Amino acid sequence: MTLSLSAYLLVAAALLCIGVVTVLARRNAVAVLIGIELMLNAANLTHVAFDRYGVGGVRGQVFSLFVLAIAAAEAAVALAIILTVFDSRDRIDVDQIDSLKG
Amino acid sequence: MTSSISPLLAPFVAGLPIPDLTPHLPALTFAALAGLVLVSAAVAALAPRIVHAALALMACFFGVAGLYALLGADFVALAQVIVYVGGILVLLVFGILLTGRLRGSMGLEAPSRTWPAVLAGALLFLGLALALRGSEFPGSAQPAGPSVPTIAPIGRALLDPQQYLVPFELVSVLLLGALVGAAYLARRRRA
Repeated sequence: MTLSLSAYLLVAAALLCIGVVTVLARRNAVAVLIGIELMLNAANLTHVAFDRYGVGGVRGQVFSLFVLAIAAAEAAVALAIILTVFDSRDRIDVDQIDSLKG
Repeated sequence: MTSSISPLLAPFVAGLPIPDLTPHLPALTFAALAGLVLVSAAVAALAPRIVHAALALMACFFGVAGLYALLGADFVALAQVIVYVGGILVLLVFGILLTGRLRGSMGLEAPSRTWPAVLAGALLFLGLALALRGSEFPGSAQPAGPSVPTIAPIGRALLDPQQYLVPFELVSVLLLGALVGAAYLARRRRA
């Protein structure tokens, strides 16, 4: 049997849903970030799968590389924010951080 | 082709009833990688200790890199390992360790609201699977052409002014700005 596009898309959909579950279920801000990374991976998998099966060329792969670079920037900024919040509040539970200042 | 067993191994396996799995190899590899990705992602989602979640995330990143390789995207697979495992995961572990001193036990925190979240995720997956079932993608049964090395085409596409040169330069400036901004944000205000 040969692999079809749907198999990859189904795996990517499942990965996206697991990322959503992580973001919804976790209270620790770093764990929420882990969920976001899972979702970005799912989107990238979709890009590369469509690139291989339909579009051809390297368009989807180039797009996934851009997503990769943005994900790195996002992780760095998010962790800097988390460290700053931890410095001033001594906690990083996302449902206890409810004010911007103070 | 009578058998795909390599000549080196042939003397040892002669007469043994070893099935020839070569035609099924892509499907088997896909199943193994997809299982690795989904199981480790589930562990990352629900593990009680967040350090374990980070470790599971590493396995998940490697699995996704394997899927990229299976899709013939060699450069993206390498970049996935280098950027995600070598960069983002290390950042995450730093974040976990630097913020873990509060509870005494390192990052011990069971996820709350697990069942509503799992229910929401299951519903979303159901919707996506139904949408996928009802969709037609032209030419999606077979890969478009044989798998070729992609490093040279990607390099040309990224540095071609007609294609992705401007976004490529913009994203590098964005990355620089984000890293400088992160270093500025994370500087210690009080000892």
